[in-house]
Amino acid sequence: MTTVRLDQLEVREGVAIGSSSPWQTALRALARDRSALVGAIVIAIIAMVAIVTPLVFPDDYCIAQPDIIGLKNIPPSFTHPLGTDKFSRDVLARLICGARVSLSIAFLSVLVAATVGTVYGAIAGYLGGIADSLLMRLVDALLAIPRVLLLIAVATLWNRLEITGLILLLGLTGWFGVSRLVRTLVASARHDEFVAAARALGASDLRILGQHILPRVVSPVLVAATLGIGNVIVIEAGLTYLGMGVQPPRASWGSIFYDGVEYFPSVWWVCVFAGAALVVTVLAVNLVADGLREALDARQLPPR
Amino acid sequence: MTQPPLLTVSDLRSYFYTGAGVARAVDGVSFTIAAGETLGIVGESGCGKSVTALSILRLIQPPGRIEPGSRIVFEGQDLLRLDDAGIRRVRGNRIAMIFQEPMTALNPVFTVGDQIAEVARVHASASRRAAWDRAVEMLTLVGIPAPAQRAREYPHQLSGGMRQRVLIAMALVMNPALVIADEPTTALDVTIQAQILELLGDLQQRLGTSIAMITHDLGVIAEVASRVVVMYGGEVVEEARVEALFEAPHHPYTEGLLHAMPRVGRRQERLTVIPGTVPPPTAWPSGCRFRDRCPYAWERCTREHPPLYQIGPGHTSRCHLAEEPERRVRRSDAVTAAESAGQPPRAQSVA
Amino acid sequence: MRRFLARRLAHGAAVIVIAASLSFALVHLAPGDPFSGSPDGFAIDPETARIRRSEYGLDRPLLQQYLAFMGHLAVGDLGRSIRHGRPVSAVLADALPHTVLLMGTALLLSFAGGVTLGAWQAARRGSRADRVAGTTSLVVVSLPEFWLGLVLLLVFVYKVPILPGGGVVDLMHDSLSPAGKLLDRARHLALPSLTLALLGTATIARYQRAALLDVLPQDFVRTARAKGVAERWVIYRHALRNALLPTIVLAGLSLPTLLGGAVFVEQVFSWPGMGSEAAAAFSARDYPLVVGAALLGAVMVVIGSLITDVLHAAVDPRVRPR
Repeated sequence: MTTVRLDQLEVREGVAIGSSSPWQTALRALARDRSALVGAIVIAIIAMVAIVTPLVFPDDYCIAQPDIIGLKNIPPSFTHPLGTDKFSRDVLARLICGARVSLSIAFLSVLVAATVGTVYGAIAGYLGGIADSLLMRLVDALLAIPRVLLLIAVATLWNRLEITGLILLLGLTGWFGVSRLVRTLVASARHDEFVAAARALGASDLRILGQHILPRVVSPVLVAATLGIGNVIVIEAGLTYLGMGVQPPRASWGSIFYDGVEYFPSVWWVCVFAGAALVVTVLAVNLVADGLREALDARQLPPR
Repeated sequence: MTQPPLLTVSDLRSYFYTGAGVARAVDGVSFTIAAGETLGIVGESGCGKSVTALSILRLIQPPGRIEPGSRIVFEGQDLLRLDDAGIRRVRGNRIAMIFQEPMTALNPVFTVGDQIAEVARVHASASRRAAWDRAVEMLTLVGIPAPAQRAREYPHQLSGGMRQRVLIAMALVMNPALVIADEPTTALDVTIQAQILELLGDLQQRLGTSIAMITHDLGVIAEVASRVVVMYGGEVVEEARVEALFEAPHHPYTEGLLHAMPRVGRRQERLTVIPGTVPPPTAWPSGCRFRDRCPYAWERCTREHPPLYQIGPGHTSRCHLAEEPERRVRRSDAVTAAESAGQPPRAQSVA
Repeated sequence: MRRFLARRLAHGAAVIVIAASLSFALVHLAPGDPFSGSPDGFAIDPETARIRRSEYGLDRPLLQQYLAFMGHLAVGDLGRSIRHGRPVSAVLADALPHTVLLMGTALLLSFAGGVTLGAWQAARRGSRADRVAGTTSLVVVSLPEFWLGLVLLLVFVYKVPILPGGGVVDLMHDSLSPAGKLLDRARHLALPSLTLALLGTATIARYQRAALLDVLPQDFVRTARAKGVAERWVIYRHALRNALLPTIVLAGLSLPTLLGGAVFVEQVFSWPGMGSEAAAAFSARDYPLVVGAALLGAVMVVIGSLITDVLHAAVDPRVRPR
């Protein structure tokens, strides 16, 4: 590459002089990325709100349906800054209740997906040969089925989908891409020299996997997982729109939005604020994911 | 020398403005190339020779910049003052460049013939047919067998040596007055290297092209160049005719380079090495830039940046030893021991 | 070339077979069957259930059911839709063309728009225009499809009523002139495909921009400049041709997602495609149709990837088999 020769000199110099670990360099790069920082702050705020909810709003508050006629569908006012909905519930309170549901669904399902995908991909990549081909052929088939159609199919077959079921379902339909990613990384790392060296020193397969190969896998999976969180929030909202998401009286932002569509556009505040909550959160997540990807890309530029 | 030189580079400065500071990759370089001659430009990586070559054709991209005050006069025009259309008329047409990595210098999605023909289409407004014919002609010229068939192939189907020949063919389409060859043989096997150098020499004789041969390999210089420019730290540190350089090098760096070459017939226990490394272009040392690695350096070298001294006819050297030749004394054994231990030598006054 | 195609076809067939087996497994892993009655709905008298079960072959051994299933699949028999009473394949055959039209239009628009925008951005990297476009793309990508669809519906159908709110054609369609018919179809196609295309363009633009920025510092781009090629040709001919390769691959990989997005968009705009059918089938617990739709989706994706592979080989000579 043309100018990289000069840059490589600096990259080499930077690593030698600064002598910070690749993680520190990445974190520093992330901190410098303002939009990613904004995203991270937004998520932190929302997450804190979600965690604090059960303390301030006990569970029964969130699933109550007071239905006081006088308080139904009030536009935003001083006492109800975001208005009230058709069951006379304060929209702001509902959104806070919904935050816990939406975020935990997203976070937990991505956790499931990332874990299953990493394990599956690592096994396939490490074994290689026929086992690898078979395992990946299976993933190819799973990837070919559009996720939404698969979700609809499963939702139809299993009659009741509690939140736990929903989390598992989303997680178990989301690990395919991660497994491909991990498999490629592990398969190429397998041929690496220090793996051969470790094996020559008598290290067991598991140890090699854990110590040498998995650290390399962490950052790409992290980026994929972050993107996945935003993705799941969107899909979950969509599923609710189709009627198969979170069931009342529990609410996620998606179901709150869907409830609001009924009286739209005269009662605009429910839709607008629920929609805004969705969009802002997903945007924040994507900003962080972008920033992470760039920070980690820069770190992985090898001085050759 | 009755004719004016074909190319005159005066005080060329190319700086890169990076996050780590300003890298003064080329910091005041001047040289000339006459018509029909081959000039060798030698130096380690990081000395600025490639950047010099790119600067001539104004191929420096941001964050790099050719500083005002630099002048590059070619066939009577200052290339740095031309507008975009003007410099494009020169590139590939009057001055052509051959790059170092034949593997990556060719576009993988176009045929080899297409890429060579493009030069004719751009500069001679040739028709597709005419341009293609010219491409095949050039492939024949550089000695590629079955040229018509090869022209229809893609770069990944050719060997490294053949790709380099294609690059040479591409450079010669418009019969340029000057060809800049940036390490054209570094990426190739030794045997192919010899073939390519022979080809270049042959073509030069036949077509009368001037060549600027950039390399770190003194062996290549010995074979093709008539004059040599040695670069270090973004500057020219020595300039001489090839024979003079090899027989009586003046600058300690040149001396070091020559001694570092293993030579057949000379018994050596260890390869002589120039201790230390090239300093970063963002922070050239004060005074002489070679002082930390020079076996003769004394306090003047830290204090005063040496100008190019005239050593003999057509021979210059950027070293204070030109004025104080008595200081050319190898250091004491204590210092040599430190060198062997891997520590950079410190400037010492000679008792 | 033929061996290449044959190999890809075999791969695709294998994928479909595995996907079909998976859906079979899925159906039989689910608790109960369509005749056990649903907790929130009707109860079925056990005798009827038994008759129905044997009608549908649900009381035979699993392996036999599997072979029967695969056998039926091979001839295109996907079972009978519970909701429609017609063969699933017939229902889907009716719906398929609409989805293909929607997705095809969206894909073309996305690709054209995304590549142009991404390349345009890369050529002026760091400029204000680049940053604005980049931020806009990021925001668009973060929007749920149904949300965007609803917004467009609101604006272009209710606020400024210039486009129809749903369906494929107008009620009066048949009485229109040929040109009128074409315009009518286009007007109905506009919003749903625009919704998908906006998201697609933003996604591809982000990717294309990065891909082109990766290609620009490469050596052969410098060689093109050194030959005296004009800068715009350097970018749009030499560099972009290379940068298109990863984008083509991406377009192929995004087919499943595009199909998923189409499901939501079809719902919002009452577009009678596969997605709408699948959503309606969910409400009616019409599991043959739902499974059939999922499988058909997989087949579409496999065909789409095959086309993408061929396209990729057409653009990149290194991939072509010798």
